[in-house]
Amino acid sequence: MKYQDEYRDPTVAKKLQQAIRAVTTRPWTIMEVCGGQTHTIVKYGIDELLPEGVELVHGPGCPVCVTSLEMIDRAHAIASRRDVIFCSFGDMLRVPGSRGDLLALKSRGSDVRIVYSPLDAVNLAAARPDRQVVFFAIGFETTAPPNAMAVWMAHKRGLKNFSVLVSHVTVPPSLTSILQAPGNKVRGFLGPGHVCTVMGFEEYEPVARNYHVPIVITGFEPVDMLEGVYMTIRQLEAGEARVENQYRRAVRREGNLESRKLIEDVFEVCDRKWRGVGIIPKSGYRLRYEYRDHDAERLFEVDDIETRESTECISGQVLRGLKKPHDCPAFGKTCTPLTPLGATMVSSEGACAAYYAYGRHLEAKHSPRQPVGAGNTVRLKECAS
Amino acid sequence: MCLGIPGKVVETYEEHDVLMGKVDFGGVSKRVCLEHTRDVEPGQYVLVHVGFALQVIDEDEAQLVFDFLEHMHELDELQVAQE
Repeated sequence: MKYQDEYRDPTVAKKLQQAIRAVTTRPWTIMEVCGGQTHTIVKYGIDELLPEGVELVHGPGCPVCVTSLEMIDRAHAIASRRDVIFCSFGDMLRVPGSRGDLLALKSRGSDVRIVYSPLDAVNLAAARPDRQVVFFAIGFETTAPPNAMAVWMAHKRGLKNFSVLVSHVTVPPSLTSILQAPGNKVRGFLGPGHVCTVMGFEEYEPVARNYHVPIVITGFEPVDMLEGVYMTIRQLEAGEARVENQYRRAVRREGNLESRKLIEDVFEVCDRKWRGVGIIPKSGYRLRYEYRDHDAERLFEVDDIETRESTECISGQVLRGLKKPHDCPAFGKTCTPLTPLGATMVSSEGACAAYYAYGRHLEAKHSPRQPVGAGNTVRLKECAS
Repeated sequence: MCLGIPGKVVETYEEHDVLMGKVDFGGVSKRVCLEHTRDVEPGQYVLVHVGFALQVIDEDEAQLVFDFLEHMHELDELQVAQE
């Protein structure tokens, strides 16, 4: 496919690998913010292409992973109601809540449906006026425009039976939280490409300046990731800390102004609890008062939620880049994609699930780096088609 | 989750006063909301997330990394020639 295949070309990747080696003189720890980027790194073995000492740590950018247990339990309670059709993205269905997951609820007869787009849930509400259609509106800024559009359209079409359970999170406050944490070792970021297609990257400039970290807004294909690493290390080696845009084909400095305006119209900023991390001030969106008739949290009262989290799972530390999936004693043993203890093992963008899917639970240790030009670009070749 | 797939716009139409379109993803067609990329023309590529186009892909910018690498390759060859 155009704009995908050429960014998976192993000869281009190899040139970038050489460029990275040429500029690197010291060890550096770089965090990729997005779960989608983590997936690319593990799938194509990008980390194994980098010079010894350059480490990629995985960031918090997996919305399925960071949706709080309270919110999952609330979704569970609402989806249990007989008058509700509960719609969600597929990934959310298997996230373990305190009382099981949404898929188990579906198997017990609740009307839980996977939708491709929130706009499909709006059309479902129009087709089923006899039922309450609730959409689980999770996501980062990337998903905020389609979710806001769904609310706006339902409002405009007068669909009183459509509501959203909002658990939106935003990236910049999470970066600040990571940089302020004791023991932080992140020196640069591969910034969230798709979040920035919507929001642009102006709001990352104070973060780069105040914490003296380069932030390179990066795409999701192997060539994008390698160029992002190259640009980050080039800045680090020169002692610079700027926001740069690697993902120029999709990201403009100001983002998508139409989308930003709609987000502003429908949502307002709020504090948000992140699973495994805790409350991060001003790190989420909730519906504005004008759209209260579409707010599932207001429409469906839920009894006090008492959450029960796995004591073994270290996903909170994985999400903050402090630990890797290998460091968890449950990884690949009691915790697998079929029996996940935490959300990072559920979503394909969770670091644990990505490590598991590409066989890293089978490796006794992280495999040693290979020299430039060795067999590891083969994986790129295999996946290019 | 923040997956964005590039797809080619085949046709556009209005539905409930919102711009929609048929978008082709390597042979698979999907219905996509184009309301925030209203200037898009059939034949152009958009980046689509959960049935919603986030941006029109800039063809010139897309080529830049390859131009940069080509230039780097030429510099390497110059250095080799000097040695």
